[in-house]
Amino acid sequence: MAAETLAALLLLADGRLPAGGHAHSGGLEPTVAAGGVHDIASLEEFLRGRATTSGAVAAAFAAAACAALTAGDTGRFAVLDAELDARTPSPALRATSRKLGRQLQRAMRAIRPHPCWAELGSRPHHPVVLGAAAAVSGLSPSAAALAAVHDAVAGPATAAVRLLGLDPFATHAVLARLGPLLDDVAADATRRAAGSPADLPASAAPLLDLAAERHATWEVRLFAS
Amino acid sequence: MLHDQNTHDRDPETDDHEHPHPHPHTDTAGVLPRTPGRGLRIGIGGPVGSGKTALVAALCRALGSEVSLAVVTNDIYTTEDADFLLRNGVLPEQRVRAVETGCCPHTAIRDDISANLEALEELEESLPGVELLLVESGGDNLTATFSRGLVHRQIYVVDVAGGDKVPRKGGPGVTRADLLVINKTDLADRVGADLSVMDRDARAQRGQLPTIFLSLTEDPGAAPVAAWVRSCLSTMD
Repeated sequence: MAAETLAALLLLADGRLPAGGHAHSGGLEPTVAAGGVHDIASLEEFLRGRATTSGAVAAAFAAAACAALTAGDTGRFAVLDAELDARTPSPALRATSRKLGRQLQRAMRAIRPHPCWAELGSRPHHPVVLGAAAAVSGLSPSAAALAAVHDAVAGPATAAVRLLGLDPFATHAVLARLGPLLDDVAADATRRAAGSPADLPASAAPLLDLAAERHATWEVRLFAS
Repeated sequence: MLHDQNTHDRDPETDDHEHPHPHPHTDTAGVLPRTPGRGLRIGIGGPVGSGKTALVAALCRALGSEVSLAVVTNDIYTTEDADFLLRNGVLPEQRVRAVETGCCPHTAIRDDISANLEALEELEESLPGVELLLVESGGDNLTATFSRGLVHRQIYVVDVAGGDKVPRKGGPGVTRADLLVINKTDLADRVGADLSVMDRDARAQRGQLPTIFLSLTEDPGAAPVAAWVRSCLSTMD
């Protein structure tokens, strides 16, 4: 595997990575419909909540998967998969995570060919694939965690621009303000990366779970999740 | 198009797929190869309201009894186009997939084709031997075009009511699509569109590439377009 470079991390965290993320709002679309997000201030609150719940879980699993692959312990993928399932009570969100995981896996097969893509199975969870992608890119667990928590907030922020017509500069200013929080979340995830998968964070976001279940029943929606 | 056997030789180191067939999405040539035993994928794009869904429905009626076919729709309202196909009894439910595009229909067919590839592969898995897969884009602007990694051929649909200057304006759909369909010719008189101008401009923009004038009102089976699709099916180019 290549040595860690910032360029590899930028490639992985770039919203233009063709791995299907653009069609997902991270729960923002149903939250907007329910009146939970309507302006920049409420968007910032939503993103802080997401970073510290589902974002923190995604970061921890990405870091753990990265550490596992770097250590040559791909047997851990199955354990991480089961542990992440247990932390995702919403069937809709489980399906979304596996769909995005498969799409990232498909993209990475071409971007960075590696035997691990087969070892991940046919429907891996997104954070696990992201962690593996970081490892294959020569990146560390902390980079994997940072990419995961960045992804958890950058996607919904872009969706807010599209759905609510929010000022894109103000929206990006929110992402900039979140920087220290994302660093903290990633640092915590990194500390746990080599530990037991059962001890990884299980921060829940019940409103996101409920929103995802409602959203999945909509007849008309612009985002896949 | 590239279809030489050499373009889909596989590296055993990287060929990690469970399925026995080669997978075009990891082809390094950047162009989806035609592979024996796998379906022909045709993208259908064009501006909002030009008649893409009606054309897909017509092709399903014309070709549905001849070949095993399936459809992926990308309408921004998710199930609307799929419902149209189902409601009209054109295709059974298991042959239609709807893909959400997150407000960006052009992204889903060009820059990030993941969701469409996913839908196509699901159809191929659930319908073994499917021969023709139509991917209908959500309505977009004249700059939208399909990735060569997603489809083998693309049809671009414009209509006379959108203005007879559209072919002259060009854009990748008009200039490079494998087939340009100029639809709703029955409305030409009523909207003051000059079909000869559209024909002249299309020829100037497209060189040798074919253009078909169509009225689905007068020809509900879209006979010339169905014939073009049949010719695509009959070759491995």
